[in-house]
Amino acid sequence: MKIRKLLLVAAALPIIVAACGTPAASAPSVAPQSASPAAATASQSAAPPAAKLFRVALLMPSSTTDLAFSQSMYQALVAMQGKAGGQANFEIKFTENMFSVPDAQAAIRDYASQGFDLVVAHGSQYGAGVEEIAKDFPKVSFAWGTDVNTFGLPNVFAYTAAAEQGGYVNGVLAATLTKSRTIGVTGPVEVGDAKTYIAGFSQGVAAVDPAIKISKTWTGSFSDVAAMTEAAKAHITAGADVLTGSSQSVVGSIGAAKEAGNVLWFGTQADQASLAPKLVVASQVYDWTVILGDMIPKIQSGTLGGETYTLQLSNGGLKIAFNPGYALSAEAKAVADKAIADITSGAVKVTP
Amino acid sequence: MNEAVLATVVAVLAASLRLATPYLYASLGEMFAQRSGVLNLGVDGIMLVGAFVAFYGTLTTGSVWVGVAGAMVAGLAMGLLMSVVSVTLKAEQGISGIGLSLFGLGLSSLLFKVLVGTVKTVDGFRPIRLPLLGDIPYLGEIFFTQSPPVYVAFLLVPISWYVLERTPWGLTVRAVGQNPAAADTLGVNVTLTRYVCVCLGAVFAGLAGASLSIASVNLFQENLTAGAGYIAVALVYFGGWRPVGILMGALLFGTVTAIQLRMQVLGIAIPSDFAVMLPYVLTIVVLTFSANRARQPAALNQPFERGGA
Repeated sequence: MKIRKLLLVAAALPIIVAACGTPAASAPSVAPQSASPAAATASQSAAPPAAKLFRVALLMPSSTTDLAFSQSMYQALVAMQGKAGGQANFEIKFTENMFSVPDAQAAIRDYASQGFDLVVAHGSQYGAGVEEIAKDFPKVSFAWGTDVNTFGLPNVFAYTAAAEQGGYVNGVLAATLTKSRTIGVTGPVEVGDAKTYIAGFSQGVAAVDPAIKISKTWTGSFSDVAAMTEAAKAHITAGADVLTGSSQSVVGSIGAAKEAGNVLWFGTQADQASLAPKLVVASQVYDWTVILGDMIPKIQSGTLGGETYTLQLSNGGLKIAFNPGYALSAEAKAVADKAIADITSGAVKVTP
Repeated sequence: MNEAVLATVVAVLAASLRLATPYLYASLGEMFAQRSGVLNLGVDGIMLVGAFVAFYGTLTTGSVWVGVAGAMVAGLAMGLLMSVVSVTLKAEQGISGIGLSLFGLGLSSLLFKVLVGTVKTVDGFRPIRLPLLGDIPYLGEIFFTQSPPVYVAFLLVPISWYVLERTPWGLTVRAVGQNPAAADTLGVNVTLTRYVCVCLGAVFAGLAGASLSIASVNLFQENLTAGAGYIAVALVYFGGWRPVGILMGALLFGTVTAIQLRMQVLGIAIPSDFAVMLPYVLTIVVLTFSANRARQPAALNQPFERGGA
């Protein structure tokens, strides 16, 4: 009997992990971008190295090397550190793989009590914790995302990414390049910037040719690489010659594309060209320095929060990184550039 | 239309063999450990370490065989650790196994971070189309166009059966799992038998990890297995501690997973969250209703104390 019980627990474990892990790992969740003023008038050199040491703590759901969501923020902070003149002026402490929300809350409180100037809670699942803890530490600035809600607190910044914009550009380009007229999408869970990216991507494809077939698979997990691989293989056997997808587990999809050898890949969140240098056409890259470059000087001058930022193509927070290893034709590049220009100018509106 | 349906069925079945492979290795190995009376819940951790070592070996040397050998050695080391804790020190097996799992998760993540740093892909095993057999319509594509680790996994089913049921050593293992005290009085070295079985199981688990990292996904990432090791333990119960039963369980699980991934591609309108749940729900349902308990090794989960209990 005892063994039976143990076994049931053991059998239930992956489910629990799958169930709990999902929202926890889900870095960005519901983030309607429309309501964000986001005047990130970031200037690259805006942060003059203050005499006082600026201390930042970062919490993230996956690792600093995930080639996706967490890495994008970590690298932005490292870039800010470089601009501020290195470790002497700008200290970064981070905690990664914070899948467990209660653990993350404890860590946020801990960092706040250690007197950090800015605590970045990089994951929408941390919102409730930020709201609660920020009230207890009015002198510490908190930033969290992806979301638009600052809870009306004067020491909370919120940030988000209009992932649908780059998704649209990738979609336009994908529709231009597909020969089989079948495109596969491998997503984790239908929330956050995975959802908005894929929504934008679909609009981009439809803008070129609504007859192109897009099929979507959701694996239900942000971390199950094997499921992503199999999902990508399913698309490839169904005739897809262009794939895209979101989350840190898409490395599995990229691997499947690489194995097939003739399937193109479009990335998001970070530049994924290194994973398949011949097959990655372009990646939407999140550049959080645009936001941090505005936020940090504000904190240094005493404004600790109350603002919402959105990464967009128009403010430079979203960039399309074309892979130099892929020979993109001039015509196709022109199509992508036009899509970027149209979104930047507002001629094309992409709905998340 | 019929052609398209047939193509989908072939794709699903071929995928189900691929998906069943890591479970087969891990479950067959775990079966040996359990038949000798040791419940090793550390399979997932061993798989992770095996997966990382196989990946790292392949990445640094360019040879998948170095990767495979490394995964086996890593599995052996983890198996020895489990044996020392659960057989020699007689620690509660379930708890020490879960500990081993968490240790494997931490160790593989740490090594990955220190030695590799970022996600990279390797050139893993490629599917090999077997001569003649691979040319059979449909069946050739399902069964005989797979990567070498898939073939080996399925070959291990009859081999494991033969070793366990038809060799003197297999009899010894079964005796130790059923009635270690009696086996002991007949001069069987219970401790040694359990060491060998746990280590053999761990080597298989290492291979299971390798079949993920250098045959299935061709990369390593933290927690690559996503809990597959626990499913593998469940499949041993599911299969009634017999290789054929385990084969059935692994295939069923692989097929349901393959179907759920394709349902979405085919645009069948069920919520993706529900589809993702299916394989796990199925495991629990079958476990609850399977009447296989009679086959359970009598001394499973009981440390052997000479002259005691």
